[in-house]
Amino acid sequence: MNNIFVYIELDEGVVAEVSLELLTKGRELADKLGVKLEAVVLGHNVAGINEELAKYGADTVWVADNEIFAPFRTLPHTSALCGLIKAEQPQIVLFGATPVGRDFAPRVSSALHSGLTADCTQLEIGPHKDAKTGKEYENLLYQIRPAFGGNIIATIVNPDCRPQMATVREGVMRKEMVAAPAAAEVKAIAWQEYISEADLAVTIIDRHIEERKINIKGASVIVAGGYGMGSKDGFKLCYDLAEVLGGEVGASRAAVDAGFTEHERQIGQTGVTVRPKLYIACGISGQIQHTAGMDESSMIISINSDPEAPINKIADYAITGKVEEIIPKMIKYYKQNSK
Amino acid sequence: MNKALKIVVLAKQVPDTRNVGKDAMTAEGTVNRAALPAIFNPEDLNALELALRLKEECEGSTLHILTMGPLRAADIIRDAMYRGADGGYLLSDRKFAGSDTLATSYALSSALRQIGADVIIAGRQAIDGDTAQVGPQVAEKLGLPQVTYAEQIEQVKESTLVVRRRLERGVERVECPIPAVITVNSSAPEVRPQNARLVMKYKYAMTKSEIAAAEDSLAAKMASERDYLNIVELTAADIVCDEQQLGLSGSPTKVKKIENVVFQAKEAKRLTASDEDINGLMVELIASHTLG
Repeated sequence: MNNIFVYIELDEGVVAEVSLELLTKGRELADKLGVKLEAVVLGHNVAGINEELAKYGADTVWVADNEIFAPFRTLPHTSALCGLIKAEQPQIVLFGATPVGRDFAPRVSSALHSGLTADCTQLEIGPHKDAKTGKEYENLLYQIRPAFGGNIIATIVNPDCRPQMATVREGVMRKEMVAAPAAAEVKAIAWQEYISEADLAVTIIDRHIEERKINIKGASVIVAGGYGMGSKDGFKLCYDLAEVLGGEVGASRAAVDAGFTEHERQIGQTGVTVRPKLYIACGISGQIQHTAGMDESSMIISINSDPEAPINKIADYAITGKVEEIIPKMIKYYKQNSK
Repeated sequence: MNKALKIVVLAKQVPDTRNVGKDAMTAEGTVNRAALPAIFNPEDLNALELALRLKEECEGSTLHILTMGPLRAADIIRDAMYRGADGGYLLSDRKFAGSDTLATSYALSSALRQIGADVIIAGRQAIDGDTAQVGPQVAEKLGLPQVTYAEQIEQVKESTLVVRRRLERGVERVECPIPAVITVNSSAPEVRPQNARLVMKYKYAMTKSEIAAAEDSLAAKMASERDYLNIVELTAADIVCDEQQLGLSGSPTKVKKIENVVFQAKEAKRLTASDEDINGLMVELIASHTLG
């Protein structure tokens, strides 16, 4: 009772990275609170999954194994998880801030009337004193997230309602296997008791899932373009440079919104978080919503016509000038010197 | 022929957080809302477009906007009317202040129960919160199925809709019974422009507060005499609800602390676009094994 739940998301049967990241964080929080870490799996043909989850610190693995749980549908997942939460009374429930987590976690919070904080970048345990009532709380979950377009960082607490729920973006927390993993206890979720016929009302007609083509998270060099690339055509320079340097192309939200490149390449709070060896920001002004997704890069080079661009404050090298002039020179001199 | 539907679009007026200028934060580190223009939340416009298309497909349908916010949020209702909405409801009351997503969805779902709707369409998320919670929370409170990340309503059947959803790496088509809540992704078609004829028709559409503020003007007289110019203003007392679940008291989540984001200044090495500087940089990157 009052343990920590981590919802395990499955992507075509494979455990999503973010779920392993959450187990790592959940392990840390559970140790601090002296409670168990429990993974919740809703899927189909998931036998054996407990072994992988135990490696990342799960003490218990709750399983509902049936075809109604895969592919993901909102209502069966909501009802099964709500039923389990009511039965087990966890104090904390964590979800990945993925399309799946962001789809059904709000419904779970609405059904249980408990708060949910979206897109947390940090989770901690600490005390809280209510400013109005003076009531003091021990061991609350601090749910820390950027807000207001990333211009402020807010710490949210959920003092009186349980469970405390949060979604966490992929890639912002580290995943780590535990040093001495023990076998996790596997328990069956009594989902048949929780799910009604009405939960199956929405049917999937077909789905077309493309292979993950773009892997900016794993790239050691990223050339990212912003609105300052000027046009879709101008943005191609980023591809040219990335190809020569053996890197991937990223983009700011402004460049994606302007249609210069696809959404999968968006870096920042509403995109991917990256930590490459080298990050080259081309025509990116450096709004906090972008830099939050790349400021842990080992080295940052900015190319911007504005010497006062905010990106220069976090850059190691700030090149002032036109991207269309500088990028071809970088290509030229890289080729010359790398031979 | 498709049957007539009662369509309600959930929309929000938001500060434009995408273009935050230098004066957007006060010296004390709080958000200076006055410095940010108030706009129609972008994905709510995508939602409006899907709703307009659905309305056109099902003859005799009606389309209304429901928004919760301060009195000036009537602006987005008028904006929607200029694009083809039939009218709107503005949920405005101090009692709603301080609402988190759960209290917001409680207020909206209480209003929706009264208004009645076959299809509720909302943007995926608002740019000032980016939570994407209110749509699903409303659906849960009303006991309705939901379809999130919608980008097209492909087919209207007798009692279901076929909706195309945009997933992380692909698309999915689902068939969903109505009534239902649909939340719309930015990959959906862009909203149509304002229509000059509709701007003429609805430019004096007002809420009762606006009529009161405009006193005896001709516009106020017109707005109060013509039903189609009436933007319905609703207070907490007008919707059947438990006031404990509104505003701050209805919000399980509390803001403990707010920190202004300050860039940690570090000295960047300044370079120019000269051949010499760029060549030097590339040599350095290769020598340090950052590249190659």
